[in-house]
Amino acid sequence: MDGVAVGSLYALIALGYTMVYGTLQFINFAHSDIFVLGAWVSYTIAVGLGYALAGTHPPLYAGVLILVAAMATCGAVGFTVERLAYRPLRKAPRLNVLITAIGVSLFLQNVGQLKWFFGTQPQRMPSLIEDTILARFAGVQVHLVDLAAAGTALLLMLVLDWLIFRTRMGRAMRAVSHDTSVAALMGVNVDAVISFTFVLGSTLAAAAGFLYAMKYPGLNQPAHATWVLLGLKAFVAAVIGGIGNIRGAMLGGILIGFIEMFGAAYLSPHLRDIYVFSILILVLLVRPSGVLGKAVAEKV
Amino acid sequence: MRSNASLSRLGSSAAILFLAAGLAGCGGSAKSGGAAETPGTDPILIGHFGSMTGSEATFGQSTDNGIRLAIKEFNAAGGLKGKKVELKTYDDQGKGQEAGTAVTRLITSDKVVAVLGEVASSLSIAGGRVAQQYGVPMISPSSTNPQVTEVGDMVFRVCFLDPFQGWVAAKFARENLKAEKAAILYDQAQAYSKGLMDAFDKAFKEMGGTITTVQAYTGGDQDFSAQLTTIRQTNPEVIFVPGYYTDAGNVSIQVRKLGLTAPLLGGDGWDSVKLAEIGGSSIEGSYFTNHYSHQNPAPQVQNFVSTYKADYGQTPDGLAALGYDAARLLFDAMGRAPALDGKSLAAAIAATKDFAGVTGTISIDAQRNAKKAAVVLEMKNGVPAYVTTIEPPQ
Repeated sequence: MDGVAVGSLYALIALGYTMVYGTLQFINFAHSDIFVLGAWVSYTIAVGLGYALAGTHPPLYAGVLILVAAMATCGAVGFTVERLAYRPLRKAPRLNVLITAIGVSLFLQNVGQLKWFFGTQPQRMPSLIEDTILARFAGVQVHLVDLAAAGTALLLMLVLDWLIFRTRMGRAMRAVSHDTSVAALMGVNVDAVISFTFVLGSTLAAAAGFLYAMKYPGLNQPAHATWVLLGLKAFVAAVIGGIGNIRGAMLGGILIGFIEMFGAAYLSPHLRDIYVFSILILVLLVRPSGVLGKAVAEKV
Repeated sequence: MRSNASLSRLGSSAAILFLAAGLAGCGGSAKSGGAAETPGTDPILIGHFGSMTGSEATFGQSTDNGIRLAIKEFNAAGGLKGKKVELKTYDDQGKGQEAGTAVTRLITSDKVVAVLGEVASSLSIAGGRVAQQYGVPMISPSSTNPQVTEVGDMVFRVCFLDPFQGWVAAKFARENLKAEKAAILYDQAQAYSKGLMDAFDKAFKEMGGTITTVQAYTGGDQDFSAQLTTIRQTNPEVIFVPGYYTDAGNVSIQVRKLGLTAPLLGGDGWDSVKLAEIGGSSIEGSYFTNHYSHQNPAPQVQNFVSTYKADYGQTPDGLAALGYDAARLLFDAMGRAPALDGKSLAAAIAATKDFAGVTGTISIDAQRNAKKAAVVLEMKNGVPAYVTTIEPPQ
């Protein structure tokens, strides 16, 4: 069950990596920091609303409210990052953009550590829903929090899938990813599409951040090494699924979550990171373009 | 700004040079050392390196507060023969490589006469190597791993050691909690946690108990469900978690989530207000061994607690008390030392006998360690409450 929950969070983050790669052909290293931002913004809002106090039972809508607020904040940050850091480099060599992305990542991490943002202390995310065990079978406990996390993630992925394959904007995104200049000639506003991609990716990362904070309420400080590792695993998920491929990222995320959790449970928990990266090597050797890299030709 | 800073640094290094020249001139023979002969306004600089930020941030901050309080009181009482003591603190962010850099900077560019720090044993070892190399005495207030003072004859500590602390935890589990079966979950990335785990494992078995399983995690991990599921299957009566407070808080949440009811038992790495903040209701009823309890009614402890509260607005934890003791012990040694060079100062620290600290009576032994009693605290309503004191075996 942990595998499903964590896997769907990896999938949400992986989607952001994969969408940006699809449209701009570069790895947005600042993406995992948007995820961290999502978790910390959720914490800040929850505490601001007074849910941190012991004995308060937040109303059911609180979770939804915080989720939406975190998504909106991170969407705005994602838009700003793209507008200020990446758009001026649209015609520059790939490497410049890549290095800029690393710069943005470090910037976000260190700003997050400032006193008047999130500080350098770990904090406890208030619990927004009562964690109850819904069912038990064969030694597996189904927790409400896990189910809610997986459910929300799945819902968001369905919405995204619909957005990309069933709407005008989605068609424009697919066109840009297929061939940017031809899309521009056909009257697609490329800059707007790219901005939209960033906002979309960032909101998904924010949702993942919120759900992660719900599942693991002891939040590490914003620049902690464990966040970087989570981002890396999500990136691995995107690569395994076939980078640039939306459904591949979803599949990759769930796969990574399962491999990590099952490896930890049945082999040895000390080597959990090793399983993930071994799978990456394996996939790169056997199918360099990812599991779904060729099966679905359509790229976004 | 820039020129100002470099000017003042130039000034202070010139002062140190002058001081060193004075000392060299007098040699070791004269009792009225250079320090006493030049009662100038230049303060004596001591250094502190600690984790002021990061997952163990309260460790560094508490220690720093304790040291600063000791300095304030020492200067108010006249300082060292009329000279004030000043503190220079560098943040090592809880990282080994930063700890080495911080100590190097304190010694080579700030020219401190002694270094205080760290809390985490692995960082004290990293910093201690540098202090040893430059021949500047270092006192660790609260690193409990045996290897810390094995670095060399310049490294001291004012706290007890992990073999003792692990023994105390085992004794408490066996005799007070009447536990037959214990499970262990330790941080494989920390020398401190590993050392405590080994000591507990050995002592608990010697006392006739059974260790059902030993599981490991890496500091900063968020998911312990695999390890805890294994632990649950072995059905222990107590779970020993010798990690730091952030991880211990996270572990406690997941322990209760899995439906385990056995109390957790930890070491002095749990000592932080953050433990209750992160662990919340999950950490209630768990125990940890520590250096001191703020509920100790001894007048010296109560004086310290009330002045600390007045200055910082919070109850001092064990690390603040140890920082305070380490600084006061250093001043005591500075008063007895004929001069403030590394060798004389180290000799004076090594000669400390029956120093009355707030964390107990401190005598430095031949291995530059302190032999002291430990207390066991229980988390009650978010506050560590005093349970019992356990004396070292004779």
